Parts: sequence; C-alpha cells; structure tokens
Amino acid sequence: MLIALIAIPVITGLVMIFFGKAWLCRLLLPVTAILHTTLTACIVREVSLGHTPTALSGMLAPDALGSLFLAIASLLFLVVSFYAVSYLADEERIGIHTNILLDHGHFTNQPERRFAAFLCFFLASMSLGTITPHMGVQWVSIEATTLSSAPLIYFHRHKSSLEATWKYLIICSVGIALALLGNILLSVAFYSKEAQVEGFDQVAWFVAHAKQANPTWLIAAFVFLLVGYGTKMGLAPLHNWLPDAHSQAPSLVSALLSGALLNCAMLGLLRGHQIMQAAQLGDLSSKMLIFFGLFSLATAAVFIVGQGHYKRMLAYSSVEHMGILALGIGMGGLACQGAMFHALVHSCTKCLLFLLSGNILARYHTYSSYDVRGMRWTMPWTGALWLAGFFAIAGSPPFGLFVSELLIFKGILAQGSTLIAVSYLVLLAIIFVGLSVACLRMVQGSRPLDMPKSPQEPLLSVLPPLVLALIVLTLGLWIPDPLWHFLERAASLVG
Amino acid sequence: MFLNICLYLLVLSNFLLLGTARVVQMTKYTALQGFLLAILLFHFGHTVLTVAVLLIKGLVLPGLLWRTLKKMPSEALICPHRLVAIDVIAGMAGLAFAIWLDGRLGSDLTHNLFPELFLPLGLTTLFCGLILIIGRVKAITQVIGYLAAENGIFLLGMPLMTQGTTWFELALLLDVFVAVFVMGIAINRISDSFASMDVDHFRSLRD
Amino acid sequence: MNTAFFSYLANLALALLLAPLLFGVINRVKAKVAGRHGKPLLQTYYDLAKLFRKSEVISPTTGLFFQLAPALQLVAILAALCLLPLGGNASPLAFAGDFLLAAYLLGLGRFAMIVAALETGSSFEGMGASREAAFSALAEPIFFLAISVLTSLHLDLGETHDWAFSLSLLFGGQSAGAWLSGKFELLLLPIVFFLLLLVENSRIPVDDPTTHLELTMIHEVMILDHSGPNLALILYASALKLWFFASLVAGLLVPDLGAMGFLLWIAVIFLVACAIGLVESSMARLRLKRVTTFLGGACAMAALVLIFSQMR
Repeated sequence: MLIALIAIPVITGLVMIFFGKAWLCRLLLPVTAILHTTLTACIVREVSLGHTPTALSGMLAPDALGSLFLAIASLLFLVVSFYAVSYLADEERIGIHTNILLDHGHFTNQPERRFAAFLCFFLASMSLGTITPHMGVQWVSIEATTLSSAPLIYFHRHKSSLEATWKYLIICSVGIALALLGNILLSVAFYSKEAQVEGFDQVAWFVAHAKQANPTWLIAAFVFLLVGYGTKMGLAPLHNWLPDAHSQAPSLVSALLSGALLNCAMLGLLRGHQIMQAAQLGDLSSKMLIFFGLFSLATAAVFIVGQGHYKRMLAYSSVEHMGILALGIGMGGLACQGAMFHALVHSCTKCLLFLLSGNILARYHTYSSYDVRGMRWTMPWTGALWLAGFFAIAGSPPFGLFVSELLIFKGILAQGSTLIAVSYLVLLAIIFVGLSVACLRMVQGSRPLDMPKSPQEPLLSVLPPLVLALIVLTLGLWIPDPLWHFLERAASLVG
Repeated sequence: MFLNICLYLLVLSNFLLLGTARVVQMTKYTALQGFLLAILLFHFGHTVLTVAVLLIKGLVLPGLLWRTLKKMPSEALICPHRLVAIDVIAGMAGLAFAIWLDGRLGSDLTHNLFPELFLPLGLTTLFCGLILIIGRVKAITQVIGYLAAENGIFLLGMPLMTQGTTWFELALLLDVFVAVFVMGIAINRISDSFASMDVDHFRSLRD
Repeated sequence: MNTAFFSYLANLALALLLAPLLFGVINRVKAKVAGRHGKPLLQTYYDLAKLFRKSEVISPTTGLFFQLAPALQLVAILAALCLLPLGGNASPLAFAGDFLLAAYLLGLGRFAMIVAALETGSSFEGMGASREAAFSALAEPIFFLAISVLTSLHLDLGETHDWAFSLSLLFGGQSAGAWLSGKFELLLLPIVFFLLLLVENSRIPVDDPTTHLELTMIHEVMILDHSGPNLALILYASALKLWFFASLVAGLLVPDLGAMGFLLWIAVIFLVACAIGLVESSMARLRLKRVTTFLGGACAMAALVLIFSQMR
C-alpha cells in the first residue's frame, strides 16, 4: 500500500512522458489523484487507529505527523487534478500566449505531457517525504520535490518565469544542501562507537537516544535544518524565491507549492524540533521557531500592504501563514494543536485562492489588482468564492482559519507571553487590512464596460475551489472528533 | 600523509576555483575536486562509492557543464576580475573562520570521528561554494558553486559513511546529478532567451 | 677561518661563475620547446666578453650618476647575494633581520637603475622606470609576507628569536624539513617566490625580455641608452639577481643533506631556470593591468600559508 502510494504517480508520470497524448494526460491525472487519495485515506485511517503500516523494511512508516501532511498533499492534488483538466484544455486552445508582465513578447507552453508527468513526480516525491521516518530519505525526497517542481514553474516559457525558476532552483537547492549538512551534523552529534542507528526509523532512534547526544553539535544541526528547510518552507528572511516562483508558476502549481510543498518542507524542520525536545533543548529550538515565525509575519505584513500584484500578495500570505505555523509549533501545547489544524485549513484555503487567481488571470489578463474590477458582474462564481476565500485567509469567522488562529492565540496566552500575543494580533490585523483593500476592490468596483458578462464559467474551474471552500467552512463550524484526536496525536509528537 | 596531501589539494582546488575568472577553467577544477573526493573515498574503503563519485562528480557533471559552455560565446565566459579578487579574500576569511571553528569545537567526539584537517577543510569547501554562488554574477558559476558546496558537505559526511548507508549516498549523488542536469537545461534556456548568462539581467521580478 | 667559511666562499664563487649560464639554459629550453636548436648555452658569456671589449657611447644629456649606476647595482646585488645561505652553508654575514637588508639592497640597485633611466631624459625610459618602480613596490610586501610566514613557522618550531629572523636559517634547509614532516601548505611558498622571481627579473608573463617594442617593455627599455662595459655590468647583475631568487626557491625545497644537498641545490636552481623557460614558452605577456592580478595571486598564496600554519 505504501509502495503503491509512490509507485502509482511515478508510473503514470512515466506513461505520460512516453505515450503522452493530451487526452491521456487529462484522463490519467484525476485517476491517479483518486487512487492516491484513496490509498492515503486508508493509511490515515490505519494510523489514526494506532497502527503503523510499514514497507520496504521500515523505510516507509508514516506516523501521525507525516500522514497528516500526506493527507493534505493528497487532498490538494485531487482537487487540483480536476482543475488541471479544464486549465490544460484552456491553455491548449489559446496556443501562443503573450507575456503580460515583461515585454509583451510571445511565448508557448511546455509540452503538456511533460507538465502532467512532472505533476505526478512532484506528488510522488512529496508522498515519499511525508511517510518516511528516515531523515536522509526525507532529504532526498524534498530535494526531489524541488527538481520535479522546477519544470512546473517554467510551464509558461518566457523570461520572467525562467527567472523565477532559476531563483527557485538555486535558492532551494542551496538551502536543501544546508539541510543535508544539518543531517550530517545530527549524525555527528549522535556518533558513538557503541550504538548505531538500526534500520530506517532514524527519528524514533534519535528521539530515544537524545540524552546521549552532544548538545553543541545537536544545536548546530538544528540551526542548519532550520535554515535549510526554512528556506524551502519560505520563512522570512529566507523567503526570496517564494513570491517570484508563486507568481510566475501556473496557478494550479502555485496552489500545490503553497498548500502542499511548504508543509512538506516544514516536516523536515519538525523532525529536528522533535529531536531537540527529546534532548531537553526544546526551549532553544522553540525560541528560534518563534523568532522566525514572528519575523515572517512582520515581513509578510510589510509586503502585503500596498501589494499590487495579486498572486504575489497570495504568496506573501503564504509566508505569513508559514510564520504562524512556526510560531504555533514553537509555542507548543494548545498552540501546537492549533498549528496542526492551521496547516490543514491554510492549505485548503490557499489552494482555493490560487486556483481562483488562475481564473481571474485567464479572464482579465493582468496581474495587477488595480486593473481587476467588478468581478461580481464578470465572473460571479469566482468573485463570490474569491470573497469567501479572502475572509477565510484573513482569519474571519466562520471559516476554519479563524478557529486555528484563535487556538494559537489561546496557546500563546496560556504560555503567558503577552508581548508575543499582542504583536501576533497586531500583525494579523495589519495583514487583514492589507488583504481586504485589494480583495474587496477586485470583487466590487465598477463593472468593466468593455468586458461582457460571461454566462458560463467552466464547471471544472469553479467546482474544485467550491469544494475547498465548503471544506474550510465546515471545519470552521465543526471539527469532527476523529480529526481532532488525530491532530492532537500529531501535535503531541512535536510538543 | 596521503590523506593530508589530498586534503591540501582539495583546499587548493577551492582557491583555484575562487581565483580564476575563466569559467572553462572552473569546470576543470570542479572535475579535480570530484577526483579528489573519489580518492578520499577509496582511502576510506568505499569501493562502490568511489566508482560512483568518480563517474558522476569527476566525469559526468563537469562534462555536462562543459557541454553547456560549448554553446556559449567565449566572451560570456569571463567573470569580472574585481569580483574574483573579492571572492579570494572572502575565501581566505572562510578558511580562517573554519580553522578557528575547528579549534573551538574540537573535542573527543570530533577527534574520534574526523581525521585531522577534515572538518575545517570540509567547511572551507562549503564556504567557497557559497561564495561562488553569491559572489559571481553568472548562472553557470552558481551551479559550480553549488557543486563545490555539495562537495564540502559530502566531505563532512564521509567519515560517517558505513557500508549500510551506501544506498543513501548513491541516492544523494543521483539527486545532485539530476539537480545539475536540470540547472544545465535552465542555463541553456537562460542563454537563449537573455542572450547572456549574467544573473544581473534578472530584475523583472521584484516588489 | 674554518671549513664552513671556505665552502661558503666556494659556493659564492660558483654562483658568480654559473649565474650567466642560467640565461643560456632558459633560452635553450625555450628553443627546444619551439622546435629550434637555439643559441649556444654559453652565449651570455660571449655577450659579456664582447661588451667588455667595446667602447661606450654616452648621451650628452646624462650626468655622472648614469655611469655609476650599473656598478652600484651590481655591488648591491652582490652584497645581497652574500647574505643568502648558498648550497646549504649559512652565510658568515648572517644576523637577525638580514632579510631586510637584502631586500633593500635589491631596492638600492633598482633605485640606481631607475634614476639612471630618468637621467637620460627620454620619455620611453621614464615610462619603463615608472613601471619598474610600480611593480617592485607591489612585489615587496609579498616578499615580506612570505618571509614573515617562514619566520613565524620557525618561531613555532622553537628556534631562538635572533636566528629565526635570518635568511640563513629560513632558506637553509630546515624549512624543507618542515614540509617533509607533514606541513604541506609550505610547498606553496616556493611557488610564491617563483612568481616573485618572474616579477623581479622582468620575465614573461610580467615583462618580455626579448621584445623590441619600447612601449610594452619594462626592464629592457630602461637600459636602452647603456652600452659597452656598463651594459655588461647590467647584464651580469641581472644574472646574479636571477641566481639570488632561484636560490630562494631552492633553499625552501632542498632539505639539509650535506654534500648531497649541495648537488640537489644546484640541480634545483637549474630546474628553476628550466621552469622559467617552460613558463615563457607557454604563456603570453600579461596586459599591464593584469600584472596586479598576478601579484595578487602570489599574495593570496602567501596569505593562505600564513592562515594554515598560524591558525592550527
């Protein structure tokens, strides 16, 4: 089952590359996604019952934390794969595009089969990263996510996306290389002649033997893991690649990057945090996480206010939410459970918004939020969902993010750090204002006269976001008990 | 003794990398580093990895870079000399820092694990790679820098390798190989669409 | 008067005798690489003999110093050579800090030539003089940096304060013992001194001794107005200067082995001449702007050794 989870996307990816007719790709994408989600659901169910399914002599053995992120990635991929069908059909219809950002030069897209295949590889590498307890395998798979998603960002073959791809490749590769150094330092910290890691369950072994580790080297290892995986996760000040890549990638890729990939990268960081806590150094790692979390929030607040590029705005919002996650996890306790829930709902919401931004881009042909007006006339469904998505991402009730941000706030208060709580609230308020100005203007505003009211928005471009919006709304009103228990178990692993 | 000579050559290759303005020359030094790593691996008795490193880091990756370079106009392959001088000075600082750090961190743990000079030289290689990434303006030098940084990390990981972790090192090599491959494709695209390899041209995306 | 003194004198005599041969070796190597037969090995001796026989033409614009300068340069270089340990024998004149005297004796010789070149009033020679002054000013700190690396090394090895500041110790075989015992970073120092040799002796890639374009020359353009015996003195002085720098390289490479060491030492000096020949046949002259980069490389190497040997 676990092997199939990785094998299925890899095989479909290979099939797409070698026999890639367009109809085959568009058929295979949702099929793969459905299969993958079904398998994921089975695995999550087993993990939630307390079992640990294993495969390949323990190389694949998901715990609660990993399977949570696996579930997020799989769910988003399912939604995106349906969206991709209509998106790819639309792109094929247009054929030759115009670069609206840089010089209005013409460009073509990459072959569709390559795009679809790399989507599958991307899914496979994310799955591998989440279900392995071996930090080396995890490292390899996270590097693989970088490499498989770089061609996705370069789907539109023009200069700006090339620039974004290059930044993404270099910055993330170097960051991940530093994370590898972190892994090596971790092994140094645990090095002794007597005891060696047995099997693949490195994390559990490290946690069990954390007391014998050399603290200096352990701290150095965590710092490198933090810098390395933090780069990939988009924590400020290491986030430079993120707005560029997210704004230049096709919207569905941005959705996956923001919703699934950033979480996977965070998982690597969480493993380090787990070990630090077992070694009684949790205070230090928590402090670092809190610092980076608040710094990311502040950076996002600075760049969101007055941001005229709506996809970049969403990207900075991702930086913000990664900051919130780091903050919540660093705080521990209730805040940590809140952070787990936050990861889930943020991924759904951000995915929803990025998919909608794709619709907007296709209709308005501009990235500027000043030029997008009157969405409620021109594209009523997208407009309504965009508004809902905005309220959700900004953390207003009754959406899930309100609950999770409130939980984190309560957690911070419970730890008695008033200063952090206040700055958290203030930064969230600033970001709320910054987002609302742009989003409301896009939905409302005067009706653009030169643009006829479109009677039909393609079903597959609206339905996936709608499903996500319903999920976020439901989770805001009611968290099922099994889900909450599962989140609690995941949170208990990291404090 | 033998080990020491290899390590000295490695650090020398780093400074040659930093000190040369010609990209073609830099690919040769990259290959040299690959060979040195392979020799060190052989010294530690990892035969399978020796062959793999020799093939990938010593031949295939420099070959890939070389092929990419062949398509470029020759004037695009010279870095500004001012940057080279700064890089060398920064590399010196990196070396000094690494040796100092080694003195500070030195404990029974490290002496058991790392042979003499291993830790500072691994760190120096990493620093030199990072300096190349930051300090030069060309896309291809960034790839070379990435390779050098990766070599440094690989060097640090070398004493930790056991027969049981060979599969991991091979996976790592494969990853690096694919990374450089993808970057090579990207560089070709860059030189096609920007008519240059200088990263300075990347300024359309900013806030 | 003991045997050490006499063997030093013998070495000095050998240096005075064999120095012009270095040019012959260089030329022969260059000719062989280029596929020619080349001049006779002893051509420099013939040139010297010819020049000494000739009469001198002196420009009416020059003064007395113009005629004295070649002799002054020769004496200065000779004195500097006397401070070096030769063939494994310490110099009888050695004292703490003699490397400063040696460096400034070389500087004095250069000063004499520069002033003589300026005295002719020719713009070409003035240009050459200014280049010579600029490059040697850049080379000098590197020389001192390299010397200080060696000094600190020997202080670390437990030499007494006085002795560690003397050329006779630094280039007398103990340094070679140090790298043989595992301090391989020291092997960069002979390269540094070799690069300095190229700069100070106006060889390719810094200057081209065979060029005939006044605009690009450094050393050759300075001596355009000299002729006859004075030109012979200059030629002989530059041969001795080459011997001086070659023996710096040899002093670092050859360990203290007694009689064997002496033979090895002579061999290394002639190998250095071969190396110069090889460099000259494989490289082109650098643009003047790039010479600083070249010197910077030498400086970087010396600094590298300093970091390595001092921080550990």
